[in-house]
Amino acid sequence: MKITFKINDKTVEARTGWTVLETAQHYGIDIPTLCHHESVTPSGACRLCMVELKEGNWSKLVASCIYPVKEGITIYTETERVSNVRRWVFEMLLSTCPASAKIRQMAANYGVASTRFPISNPDNKCMVCGLCSRVCEEVVGLSAISVVDRGVHKKIGAPFLRPTDVCVACGCCVSVCPTGAMQSFFDQVRGEPSMRLTQLTRQSAQEVKTS
Amino acid sequence: MPDLNTATAIDLNQWHLKSEQDLIELQKRIIESTDPNRPEIVVCHGTGCLANASDKVSEALKAGLAKAGINAKVMPGIKKTGCQGFCSRGPLVLIRPQGLFYQQVKARDADEIIEKTLMRGEIVKRLLYKDPKTKKAIATEQEIPFYKLQKRVVLKNIGKIDPTDILDTISSGGYQALAKALTSMTPEQVVAEVEKSGLRGRGGAGFPAGRKWRSALTAIKKKGRPVYVVVNGDEGDPGAFMDRTIMEGDPHSVLEGLIIGAYALGAQNGYLYVRAEYPLAIKHLEKAMEQARCLGLLGENILNTGFSFDARINRGAGAFVCGESTALFTSIEGKPGNPRPKYVRSVEEGLWGRPTVLNNVETWANVPLIIRKGANWYSGLGVSNSTGTKVFSLVGKVNNVGLVEVPMGVPVSRIVEEIGGGVPGGAPFKAVQTGGPSGGCIPYSLKETPVDFDSLTKAGSMMGSGAMIVMDDSDCVVDVGRYFLRFLEEESCGKCLPCRLGLSRMREVLDRFSQGKGSEKEIDDLINLSQAIVDGALCALGSSAPNPVLTTIRYFKDEYLAHVQDQKCPAGVCKDLITYRIDEEKCTGCTACSKQCPSNCISGEKKKIHVIDASSCIKCGICKESCKFGAVLTV
Repeated sequence: MKITFKINDKTVEARTGWTVLETAQHYGIDIPTLCHHESVTPSGACRLCMVELKEGNWSKLVASCIYPVKEGITIYTETERVSNVRRWVFEMLLSTCPASAKIRQMAANYGVASTRFPISNPDNKCMVCGLCSRVCEEVVGLSAISVVDRGVHKKIGAPFLRPTDVCVACGCCVSVCPTGAMQSFFDQVRGEPSMRLTQLTRQSAQEVKTS
Repeated sequence: MPDLNTATAIDLNQWHLKSEQDLIELQKRIIESTDPNRPEIVVCHGTGCLANASDKVSEALKAGLAKAGINAKVMPGIKKTGCQGFCSRGPLVLIRPQGLFYQQVKARDADEIIEKTLMRGEIVKRLLYKDPKTKKAIATEQEIPFYKLQKRVVLKNIGKIDPTDILDTISSGGYQALAKALTSMTPEQVVAEVEKSGLRGRGGAGFPAGRKWRSALTAIKKKGRPVYVVVNGDEGDPGAFMDRTIMEGDPHSVLEGLIIGAYALGAQNGYLYVRAEYPLAIKHLEKAMEQARCLGLLGENILNTGFSFDARINRGAGAFVCGESTALFTSIEGKPGNPRPKYVRSVEEGLWGRPTVLNNVETWANVPLIIRKGANWYSGLGVSNSTGTKVFSLVGKVNNVGLVEVPMGVPVSRIVEEIGGGVPGGAPFKAVQTGGPSGGCIPYSLKETPVDFDSLTKAGSMMGSGAMIVMDDSDCVVDVGRYFLRFLEEESCGKCLPCRLGLSRMREVLDRFSQGKGSEKEIDDLINLSQAIVDGALCALGSSAPNPVLTTIRYFKDEYLAHVQDQKCPAGVCKDLITYRIDEEKCTGCTACSKQCPSNCISGEKKKIHVIDASSCIKCGICKESCKFGAVLTV
């Protein structure tokens, strides 16, 4: 079944179950995203893909990556309210992950070159969107990485922040990471290489002993 | 040892109610077996009074009676009730049948109460409440303005019944609404009645409960059963204790409402999500459920009508965000309490992806009243778009701190000035923060704003769950904004960027304002940033978080400007912008301040004018608090 609605005054058709973002991407309408990836369930965390849904005089902002399409809705992707959210989110991102070249590039594309907020950690790249953990859980099926702690303390790591041997080093998380941060977390998840070696040695020693 | 128990001689285990008549028969027996003339000492065992050692008071009364029992004609009973509401005057003791109201009772007062009041019928005058305005002592509860001006409907039984004894509830008419619904109403009629009553959700947003139930019925038709009913008892707003009091003081009213809701929607399972910081509420609810099961009011085949329903308690693990509906569901499901995207309503896809009706504690407690007395009676209370009453917890700079229930639509001034007795010292209040950290403040100039859902929203605030924090001239709006933002920053789940990062950034801007840094442009930036968070956040925690800042800028922009332009904090709160000084004309040289000063920076001899050394002053404000002559000034 086809669902017809409007994006930026252009009539578009979507299939049942599509989101606004999927439809926009299908028609080549630009909506910025960071935490979205077609292979995992959308989580609506980064809020860059906000669009304005208008109904008469009333309107609200919705996250296009999770908003299911409905017959007859009108969506605008470049309104003042949308740009306001986008601009501030980019400024927050620039202050929290200043080391990420990908984010700097993307922000610049949307006209945000600097941030009014102080930079606390110049080396940070991670925006804690959790895409890595969603890929590990839903695609790889291992849950070797998770989002740990809450609120401002939230971070990416192995469950309970203990190095895990569940990780098979498939690299899926590294390839989907929108900011290029996962590369540097890899050893935190797997444990230091030297530690891994000791573990293996200990294990084989154990095996020799039992046999 | 004499029998001080107020419980009736009826054995709960002998009763398993099989019809409405059984329930009425049980009520009749309870009433018959209690002597209406038997004196009763009612001791408030609400959390507030317990914190002031009201348990010691009841123990002392018990011991005193055992010692002196000989002369009393009829042995009085001691009843431990839930919160009676007048928390700032606790521990509270009521003597029935006279209705004497004793306040701030200590364990050492027990013997005097027994000797004078119970044995000789005299009043212990020093324990009476004195009206701060007229200075007159008032003997009975009904005459105290704090109680007289309220309309207690939901709180009617709280403070009168023993919440751990179901028979006390039944004797005051408990579970009769359930019996009525089950035996003489169809589920459809129950939903229609709730719709007609105009009841709106008491948890914050004020969504019409009847409409929610109706949409759930539609969703059930489409998706089939199971369907769940859930109580949201994760009250976490700073200064809010309405739901706690209801759960602690009248747990059966919540349970009865929930069972009626389950009947209306055809649910077989329900959950009560109660925050773990409310141990007494959990204990009383557990006991209530156990007793209700024993009487056949909960569980299989309720009142022999063929309807079965059971519920369980889920304890929250200390996250404020779990009061948000979708986070609450994920928490019950055993996952971290993160909100999930909510473009599909929870009546369609809630707990375990099933149709779910989630209502707040107070909303559920209103349901039995509507069923028993009818929607017309209920909608006669309050105003057209906000029917019924609302319970508020009145805290902050107000004389009568406590729990207040009023019909919707009464002006703010009635609650704060008449019931609350105004600000200590008699000055007008500066603003009232309603709706907790998600709400906003109502300035004194809008004190005639009617307290109902729509009027409060129009004023930029919200009803919220019902916390009312009264502020006076010594409260700084920048500081208040910082306080709420710090709270929400800690409580944000951290999933979406605008909430996790935006709230911290907002707080940092306010931190700078409180140091006198910033500019008028930054205030405008702050408004824009707030708007981005309102529009961009994933759940209601984030999207309502900027409200306190936005309303304070709206009503008190001068005060913000004073901080950033003049480097002054008019309320004298922001430490970086004030210095303490002693008024030479007022100082009597009593040395009270210099004795209390933790950094020893106040010098001066006895009966001579004191001086504060600003270079070593840490601006803790203890000198100002300790001065009886108002000689310590902040400039």
